[in-house]
Formats: sequence, C-alpha cells, structure tokens
Amino acid sequence: MDNKLSTRRKGYIVLMKALMYLSVGLTCALVVFLIVYVMYKGIPNITWELISEEPSYRKGTIGILPDILNTLYIILATLVIVLPLGTGAAVYLNEYAKNKKLVAVIEYAAEALSGIPSIIYGLVGMLFFCQFMGMKTSLMAGAMTLVIMNLPTVMRTTQESLKTVPQSYREGAFGLGAGKWRVIRTVVLPECIDGVVTGCILSVGRILGESAALLFTAGFAHALNGIFEGLTSSGATLTVALYVYAKERGEFGVAFAIAAILMVLTLIINLTAELVGNYFKKRKNR
Amino acid sequence: MVTNMNSKLFERIVHGIFLILGLITVASVLVITIYLIVSGIPAIAEIGIADFLFGTEWKSTAEEPKYGILPFILTSVYGTAGAILIGTPIGFFTAVYLAKLAHPKVKRVISSVVSLLAGIPSVVYGLVGMLVLVPAIRDIFNVPDGASLLAAIIVLAVMVLPSIIKVSLTSLEAVPKEYEEASLALGATPIETYFKVSVPAAKSGIAAAVVLGVGRAIGEAMAVMMVAGNAANMPGLFESVKFLTTAVASEMSYSSGLQRQALFSIALVLFLFIMLINAALNFFLKREKED
Repeated sequence: MDNKLSTRRKGYIVLMKALMYLSVGLTCALVVFLIVYVMYKGIPNITWELISEEPSYRKGTIGILPDILNTLYIILATLVIVLPLGTGAAVYLNEYAKNKKLVAVIEYAAEALSGIPSIIYGLVGMLFFCQFMGMKTSLMAGAMTLVIMNLPTVMRTTQESLKTVPQSYREGAFGLGAGKWRVIRTVVLPECIDGVVTGCILSVGRILGESAALLFTAGFAHALNGIFEGLTSSGATLTVALYVYAKERGEFGVAFAIAAILMVLTLIINLTAELVGNYFKKRKNR
Repeated sequence: MVTNMNSKLFERIVHGIFLILGLITVASVLVITIYLIVSGIPAIAEIGIADFLFGTEWKSTAEEPKYGILPFILTSVYGTAGAILIGTPIGFFTAVYLAKLAHPKVKRVISSVVSLLAGIPSVVYGLVGMLVLVPAIRDIFNVPDGASLLAAIIVLAVMVLPSIIKVSLTSLEAVPKEYEEASLALGATPIETYFKVSVPAAKSGIAAAVVLGVGRAIGEAMAVMMVAGNAANMPGLFESVKFLTTAVASEMSYSSGLQRQALFSIALVLFLFIMLINAALNFFLKREKED
C-alpha cells in the first residue's frame, strides 16, 4: 500500500521517523554518556581514605565521611517530619474535608509549592528557620526547609493511594461501630502504605539531589558529628560538598568521586521506586 | 453517656489535628509569599522600581553601587528560551515515539532511562558541564572562556528533557484510540495519524509539558552557576552571564545591607515569574482535562 503514496507523503513519513529515532537516540546516548563519563572519572578517585575520614588540614587530605553522614542525618530528619505531615494532610483531604473550596485551595497550594524553585526555598528557609526561629545555619534548618519542599510529594502519592481504598472497607468498619479515627487508623492507613512508601522514596531522591535550598540553610561545614550534635550544627551534604570542591576548591577528583557515588545512589533509588511500584501493583490486583 | 461525650470530643480533636496538617501547605505558601514581599520591597523602594528593573548595570560592591537587574532578567529569559527551543523538539519526538511506536519492553527501558535523567542531581550536571561542555565551547568557537550563556542553555536543555518527555507522554497516551482508528480507516498511514491526529488531540498536555520545562529552567540555580561564568553582563551567547537564580545564590553568602536586600528583591522578581508560569501551567492542565 505504501507504494501508492505520493512522494510528498513518503517524504513526510521518512522525515518524521528520522526525527523520532534521532531524538530517542540522542536522549539515550546522553544518559549513557553521563553515566559512563561520571563513573570513569569518579570511581578511580573513590578510596577508602576518602569515604572513611574527615578532611584534615594538617595532613592535607580530603575525606567525605562527614558529608555522607550529614546527608543521612538530613534524610532521616526530613522523613521523620514530612511523613506524618504529608500523610496527615492527605488523610484530611480524602477522609475529612467536606468543603470543596477548601480542598481546592489546599491542592492549589500544594501545586504552587512544587513549582517554587529550590533557591527560593533556600532564601525563605534562611529567613524563617535560621533567623526567625533561631535555628541558625544547621542541618535541622535545612531539614525543615526540605520538609516544606517534599510535603506536596508525600501528600500527592498518599492521596492517590487513599483514593484506591474501597469505600466498602470504611463502611464495613463503621457498621461494626468503630469511630472515624479508629477506622482511619486500623482500616484506611494500612491500605495506603504503598503511597507513603512511594512518597518516601521520591523524597529521598529529591533530598539527595538538592543543593540550592541547603546552601544557605544547612551551610558548608565538614565536621564529623553524631546525629544530635550534627543536626544542630552546620554541615554540607554530598551535593553541597560536590559544589564546594568543584567550584570553589578546584578539587575535581573529589568532586567526581562524589558525583559517582550520587549517580549510583540515584540509580538505586530509581530501581527501588520501580520495584516497589510493581510489587504494590501486583498486591493490589491480587 | 460520659464515654460517648468523651469519644465525640476525641473525634473532634482528631479532626482538628488533621485539619491543621491539611492547612500546612497553605500556610507555607503564605509564609513564602509574605517573606519574599516583605524582604523584597524595601530595596526596590530605595533603588526605584524603574532603575531596579530596567537598569543595565549591576555593581553591588562598587564604591557607588548600582543595582540594575535587567541583565539578569534578560539572561534568564534568553537562557530559558534557548533551553526550551533545544529541549522541546527532542523531548516531543521522543515522547511520540514512546507513546505510539515503541515496543512495550523498549518503552519500559527508555522510560526508566528518562526517570534517571530526572533524578541526577543538578550539581552533577553542573560538574560535567564544567569539565566537558565549557572547554568544548572554548575550543570549538575559539572564545577565551567557554563558561557562557551557551553552556548554560545546553545544560538546561538536558535538564528540562525529562519533564517535557514525561508530561507529553502521559497526554499522548490519553488520546482516545477511536481518533486514531478513524484516521487509519480513512487511509492515513500510522505516522501521519500520530502527528496529524494524536498530537493535535494532545496539544494542551504538550503545552503544559513545555510550560513545566520553562519553570524548571528558570528556577535552576546550581548547574547554571557552575557553567555560566557568573559575571553581570548583558546576555550574549558567548558572554559570561548571571541568571536571576545565580545572582541571588552567588552573592548571598557575603552580602550585607542594601546589597542583601536587593538580592531578596531579585528573588521576588523570580517568584513573580514562577507564579505567572504556574498560572499558565494550570490553564493548560485544566484545558487538557476538559478536552
């Protein structure tokens, strides 16, 4: 049938196909290049000393253990706060809210939050948490800023999964005489665990990659601290450390080592998100 | 009777707690808006709105400081426009391929590749841009320094790709099969059908994807800061430039007095841009829902 087409139509088809394959090829090549290049440059620079020590001016060595720990602390602190807040907000929207206008306002606010660039979070975080709330430049102030940034994510994923909880479950529990809170705690919440977990993974990914919001809230220090001491003092996460080492210190070897670590972690998080998604989908369909 | 009263009170308290949790997002948006306005207005008032917005010179640390942010505004606009011009066609054709032509297995693999692109931290883009793109631009175009608007545009084009691909893909997948079947039955080839029927049917979603990309590009700070050179020049493809975001980020740590206040004013201008973009995004998303 193709033979009967005019040359103009044939040309159009060939052109469109070519553009599509070119674009897909370019996108994939880009990702492969990024991964290979960062790994090739970074992995040789990852040494045991680098990841197990703190920087020492005396020995002139650089260690990123404090940055690794800071990243862990900030992820933990953010999740501990954002999960209850986000889940609670989603429960309110899905289970309690009767006023349609209020729901629209809250959802609009969440959308607006996810569109605000991280540098603005950084500035307002600095003004509000560091100065107004008196937290100073600390990991905790950084974590609080990240809580606001990730709130819409956790809220949305939880809300989506709450919507899939069958109404009959709630009615069954109400019929047995349970109060509203009891129904939510024992019937609704356990069913929406997938949304919470998905939100959790997405948030970890975002926290790991965030830098602009942390620059002025969590600071640049590289001191080795325990978690409680760490949360109240200034500290760089891996991304901020990468920026400082690359842009301000010209230590590209260390920067690439951190980049390679971040790349591997990003890969792991993406894979986990996919696996978890598939697992829950299967469980729901059963 | 007493326990009944108690449990009613208890349920009310729980309801109240959830209401407060629900309102945190609204409160956050309000706090951010108020803080930006309150801290951004004083410097604008002192410098004068016209001098601030349309002044072409930014010399915040000079003897006689000048606070004109037109270079930053234009750089952000040109940089974003450039990134969108490069990123949109690539993202668009990739999305059409994934939505209509790709084998399900291929589609799954490429989709996770695109997610990975979205997940890579911006500082990693900045680092690779700094060490690959900047020297390449210097050598190819024979300019003294490759850290320029062009480098920023290319990095941003890569960074907006995932948003454009994902949102367009979703809306292309939502085009009713009947449209395509009707077109095929009338004798159009599959490729013609995808581009002349499916794409127009998904146009609101694709527009939303582009607007989302605009928001990403205009708000990006760290990657741009690492490749754009950070001098307050008027934009030119090979000039070292500052974006609205990087103007704030690069001076914040050592700023004081009016300079610091002016940085907050820049953030306020950026915020207004973002709010406009959000409004456009909502407009397109709503129209897509209605379609």
